[in-house]
Amino acid sequence: MKDRLTKWRLLSVFAVLALALSGCGEPFLSTLKPAGDVAKQQYNLMILSTVIMVTVIAVVTVIFVLAITRFRRKKGDENKIPKQVEGSHLLEIIWTVIPIILLLILAVPTVTATFDQANVKDMDKKPKKDGTRDALVVNVRANLYWWEFEYPDYKVMTSQELVVPTDQKVYFNLKASDVKHSFWIPAAGGKMDTNTDNVNKFWLKFDSDKSEEAGNLFYGKCAELCGPSHALMDFKVETKSQDDFKQWISTMQSAKPAAPTDTAAVEGQKLFEQNCLSCHATSPDDSRPEQARLAPNLATFGERSRIAGILDHNEEELKNWIRDPEKYKPGNKMTGTYKQLNEQELDQLAAYLMSLKVEEQ
Amino acid sequence: MQAEEKFTPQTWPESPEKATLEGKNKFLGFWLFLGGETVLFASLFATYIALKDKVPSPDHMLAKDLFELPLVFVMTMLLLTSSLTSVYSMYHMKNYNFKKMQLWMLITVILGLGFLACEFYEFHHYYTEYNHTFTSSAFGSAFYTLTGFHGAHVIFGLVWMILLMVRNAGRGLSLYNAPKFYLASLYWHFIDVVWVFIFTVVYLMGMVG
Amino acid sequence: MSTIAQKRGFASTVWDYLTTVDHKKIAILYLIAGGIFFLMGGVEAMMIRAQLAVPNNDFVSAGLFNELLTMHGTTMIFLAAMPLLLAFMNAIMPLQIGARDVAFPFVNALGFWLFFFGGLFLNLSWFLGGAPDAGWTSYASLSLASEGHGIDFYALGLQISGFGTLMGGINFLVTIINMRAPGMTYMRMPLFTWTTFVASALILFAFPPLTASIFMLTFDRMFGANFFNVAAGGNTIIWEHFFWIFGHPEVYILILPAFGIFSEIFSTFSRKRLFGYSSMVFATVLIGFLGFMVWAHHMFTVGLGPVANAIFAVATMAIAVPTGIKIFNWLLTIWGGSIKFTVPMLYAVAFIPSFVAGGVTGVMQAVAPADYQYHDSYFIVAHFHYVIVGGVVFALLAGTHFYWPKMFGTMLSEKIGKFTFVFFFIGFHLTFFVQHFLGLMGMPRRVWTFLPGQGLDTGNLVSSIGAAFMAVGVISLLINVVITSVKNERVGNDPWEDGRTLEWAISSPAPFYNFKQLPLVRGLDAYWLEKMEGKTTLTPAEPIGDIHMPNSSFVPFVISLGLFIAAFGAMYHVDDKAWALPVLIGGLVITFGAMIYRSLKDDHGFHIHKEELMEENDDKGVKA
Repeated sequence: MKDRLTKWRLLSVFAVLALALSGCGEPFLSTLKPAGDVAKQQYNLMILSTVIMVTVIAVVTVIFVLAITRFRRKKGDENKIPKQVEGSHLLEIIWTVIPIILLLILAVPTVTATFDQANVKDMDKKPKKDGTRDALVVNVRANLYWWEFEYPDYKVMTSQELVVPTDQKVYFNLKASDVKHSFWIPAAGGKMDTNTDNVNKFWLKFDSDKSEEAGNLFYGKCAELCGPSHALMDFKVETKSQDDFKQWISTMQSAKPAAPTDTAAVEGQKLFEQNCLSCHATSPDDSRPEQARLAPNLATFGERSRIAGILDHNEEELKNWIRDPEKYKPGNKMTGTYKQLNEQELDQLAAYLMSLKVEEQ
Repeated sequence: MQAEEKFTPQTWPESPEKATLEGKNKFLGFWLFLGGETVLFASLFATYIALKDKVPSPDHMLAKDLFELPLVFVMTMLLLTSSLTSVYSMYHMKNYNFKKMQLWMLITVILGLGFLACEFYEFHHYYTEYNHTFTSSAFGSAFYTLTGFHGAHVIFGLVWMILLMVRNAGRGLSLYNAPKFYLASLYWHFIDVVWVFIFTVVYLMGMVG
Repeated sequence: MSTIAQKRGFASTVWDYLTTVDHKKIAILYLIAGGIFFLMGGVEAMMIRAQLAVPNNDFVSAGLFNELLTMHGTTMIFLAAMPLLLAFMNAIMPLQIGARDVAFPFVNALGFWLFFFGGLFLNLSWFLGGAPDAGWTSYASLSLASEGHGIDFYALGLQISGFGTLMGGINFLVTIINMRAPGMTYMRMPLFTWTTFVASALILFAFPPLTASIFMLTFDRMFGANFFNVAAGGNTIIWEHFFWIFGHPEVYILILPAFGIFSEIFSTFSRKRLFGYSSMVFATVLIGFLGFMVWAHHMFTVGLGPVANAIFAVATMAIAVPTGIKIFNWLLTIWGGSIKFTVPMLYAVAFIPSFVAGGVTGVMQAVAPADYQYHDSYFIVAHFHYVIVGGVVFALLAGTHFYWPKMFGTMLSEKIGKFTFVFFFIGFHLTFFVQHFLGLMGMPRRVWTFLPGQGLDTGNLVSSIGAAFMAVGVISLLINVVITSVKNERVGNDPWEDGRTLEWAISSPAPFYNFKQLPLVRGLDAYWLEKMEGKTTLTPAEPIGDIHMPNSSFVPFVISLGLFIAAFGAMYHVDDKAWALPVLIGGLVITFGAMIYRSLKDDHGFHIHKEELMEENDDKGVKA
C-alpha cells in the first residue's frame, strides 16, 4: 500500500511539475493570469479557497497516513479484537465547529464579491442630452457560431473581434439569438450566459500592463454547449488605450463603404453583392433589425486576426473556408446559402474581403 | 392473519386497511406515492404560475378573459361532494357493510363523471370559442398540462373504482380487498385536494388578473 | 421447493429471471444490466478521450462527439451508477434489516423492467438515426433546436426508466419502515440501510420535478406545446431550474449509498464499530435535506442576480460540514482498528483522499464569483469525476468485491482485484487531476476539439493516457468475473471473517426466503454481537413456522414492454407516420391492460410449510 501511495504521489508531482513548466497557461487565455479587476478578484478568491482547502487536505492526509500505517493487521494479531469505540463528543464538536469557522472566512468575501461584480448601476445612468451615457456599453449577441458586438451609444457594430479600452469598466448586455451560449474571456473574468429569454448584464475591466503581456489580444470562448461547433465558437478581444479606443470609435463611425481599386477586388465586390450581401453587412453602422443580421458584420474583415474565429488570417485559409465552411465549422448556418464558386471567383472574393478595412483607409 | 378469512361485523378489525402486513405496506407506500405526486403537481403549478398569461401576441386570450366562475364553481362542488361520499363509503367499509359501501362509492363515481363532463365542455369551449389551445401559447400549454394532468388522474381514479366495484361485487369485503378500496378512496381525496389548489391558483387568481 | 431449484435448463432459468420477484434475483438483474450499460458508457468515454488526446483531432466528427458526451453522461448516471447501486440495495438491504423480501416484490420487478426498457430505448437511438446530442442536462433551447429523434429518445427513455427508479425508492422506504426484524430499531440499522433509506427519500422527492420537466420537453418536441419556446411566451430557464432541482439531489442519491457501502467496509476490515454512528446518521439525513436547497449553484452564471447567487453560495458551503463529519468519522473508525487490506478495503482507503479532493473543489465552486470562472470549464469536469468516480464508482467496485460472495456464493480473486485497483486508481488520478488545470487555463467543457497554441496540449494527452489505464482496470475486473465464475469455489456464511451485520449470518447466497426464523436484533452490528458471545448464529425471534412468499409474475415485464412500444409511437408520431398513432395506443393498451389484469386477478402468494423448512440443511437460515 505504501509503495503504491508513493507511486501515486510521484505521478501527481510530475503532473504538477509539467503544468508548472507550461506556466499556468497562456496570458491571453488563462484564468490563472488575471488581466483585470474582475479576474483578479476571482483569482484572489480562488487562492483563498485553495489555501483553506489545502489545509483541510493536509490535516486529513496526516491522520489518514498515520491511521493506515499504524493500524494495519500484523502477523500474530489475527485474533486481536480492537476496542469498540462508540464515538467522542469532543472530537465531533471540534470537527464540526472548525469547518464552520473556515466556511465563514470564505463566505464573507464571497458575498461581497458577488454583489460587487453584479453592480451595473452605471449602465442605466444616461446623463447626456442625446440619451447616451458615460459608461461604455457593449451589446453582445451570440449566434450559431459567431459573435456580434454592438456599441449602441456610438452606433457602431463589429463581429467576432471585440475592441475594448483598457483601465476602464466595460459593461455588457448579453443575449443569444438562437440557442443558449455563454460569454467567456477567461483572462479578463468569469463567464455569463447569453440566454434566449432575457438580457444579462455584467462588467469587465482590462488592465493595460497585463494586456500588453498578452499582446493586446485575448481569447474569448463560448462556454455553453450549443451544437456541433461549440468548441470552435471562439472570438478575440483587442485591447486599446482609452485614447486609441476613442480614435477607433470615431474611425468606425466615419467609415465609408469600401471602394476597391484592384480589379480582382472589384470583381469580388460584384460576387459579394450577388451572393453574400443578403446576410453579411460591410459597414459598421448596420441599422437593420437584429433578425435581419443573419451573419457576422464584415466591415473590419481585412483587419481581423482570425478567419471565422479559428483559422489563420490569410487568403488561402479564407478561400478554404468559403469553399467548404462545413469542413471547418460543422453545423454552421453559412453552408449551402450561396452558389458554388470557381477558383477564379474565390480569388476575387478573397481579394475583396481582405480589402475590407476601416483603420487603414 | 389470513387475508381470505371470513368476518362478521363483530370480528371485523378496527382498521381493516392496515390489518395485514400487505395492507400496512400498501397504506404507507401509497402515502409516499402521494408525496411524490404532490411534488409532481407542485412542479406543474410552478410552471403554470411562471407561464401564466405568457402569450406570443396581444390577440391571445388571457386568464382574466377566459375563465367563468359559475361552471368552475359547479365543478368544484361536484368534486368536493364526491370526496364526502367517498368518506361515507369508507365509513361503511369499517362497519363491514359491503352494500352501503358499494352504493356510496357508486355515487362518488357518478359525481366524478359529472366533473369530467364539465371539464370536457370547458376545454371544448376554450378551443372553439376562444382559440385558446394546447399549442397556441406557452400559457395554453401550461394551463392544459396542469388541468389535463388532474383530469387524467380523475379518469384513472374512476376506472380504478369502477373495476374494484365490479370485481368485488359478488365477493363481499375481505382483508385482501379492504386496503384496495381504502387506497382508491385516499387517491380520490388527493385528487380533490389538488383541485382545490387548481381552483384557487388557476381560476380565482386568474379572475382577479 | 429446494429440489426444484436444483437442475434446470437454460430456457427455464431465463424464464425464472423474467418472472422473478425475489429481491436477490432482481439484484442480479440490476447488476448485469447496469454493468453492461457501465461498459457502454466506458466505451463512449474512451472515444471522447481518444478524440481529445491531441489538438485538431478528427477521430470522431463534431456531431458524433456531442452524441458521445451526452450518452456517456446520461448512461453513466441513469443507467449505470444508479442501477448498480440499486443492485446492492436490493441484494443487501433486506438482509441487513432481517426481512424476507422487500415490501412490494411485484413493484420491485416492475421497477427493474421499466429501467431496463427505458435504458434499452435510449440506447437504440444509436441505430435509429442518432443519439441525443444536447448533453445530459439537455438545456431547453438546444434540445428544442436539436434535429432528428435523439432528444426524443432521451426524453422518453429517461421518463420510462425514471418511473422504475421512483417505484424502487418507494419500495425501499416502505421496506425499511415496516419490515425490520424484531429489535432492529432505526438507530440499530447498518449505515448502508440508512443511506438507502435517505437516498430513497431523495428519489421520491427529486424525480417528480424531472418527470414534470421531461413531460414538458416531450410535449414541446412531439405535441406542439410551447413551454420552452420563447417566441410563443415560453421560458427556457424553467427547464434549468427543474433539471437541477432534480439533478442536485440526484448526485446525493448516488453518493449516499456509496458512503453506506464504505461505512460497512471500513468497520468490517478495521474490526471496529463505526465511530460516531449517530452523528453519521445525522450527517446523512442532513446532507439529504440540504441537497434540495442548493440546486441554483449549478446556475450561478445564468443571471439570477446577486441575491440568489449569494444565498445559494452560502447554502452550498454548508453541505461541507456534514460531509466533513463523515470523513473524520471514517478516519477515526480505522484509527485504533486492526486493518486488513482486502480489495474492498483498498478502494475504501483510496476513496478518502480522492473524495476529499473532489469535495474541496466543490466548496471552491460554492464561491460564486470564482465559479464564474470554473463554470462549464474542465475544472467542473474534473470536480464531478472526482466525486462520482472517486466516490461512487470506487464504492461500486468495492461493493462488487465485498458483496460478490453474498450474491453469488463465491469470492472474486483478490490477486486480480488488486491489479484492477492499481490500474483504476492510477488511471483515475492521471485522467482527472490534470483536468482541473486545463479548466483554469481556459478550456471549456464539452468541446469536440481544441486548437494548438493555447497551452492545452500536454494536459489533454496526459488525461487520455490515464483513461487507458482505467480501461485496463475495468477489463481485468471482467476477466476476474469470468475466472471466478468458472472456478466457482463455494464459500460459507461469513467469507470475509469479520462480517458484522445480519447478511453475514446466513448462507452465501441467501436462501430464497432469507431467514428461516426472523432474527432478534440486540444492538448495532447484530451478528458481531453474537460472535463476540461465542455464537455462530443469530438469536431467533420466532419459532419455525410457515413462510408466506409472493408468486412469480410475468406482468411487470409486459407492463414495461407496453410503454417501450408506446414510446416508439409517440416519437414517430411527429413524422406523420400512419402507423405511429396505433402503435402509441397499442402500447398503452398493453400497459394498462396488464395493470388491470394484475389488479383483477387475486394473487395470494404461497406458503413454505414448516415441515419443508425443518428438512432443509441446517446451514440455511437461522437455527433455533
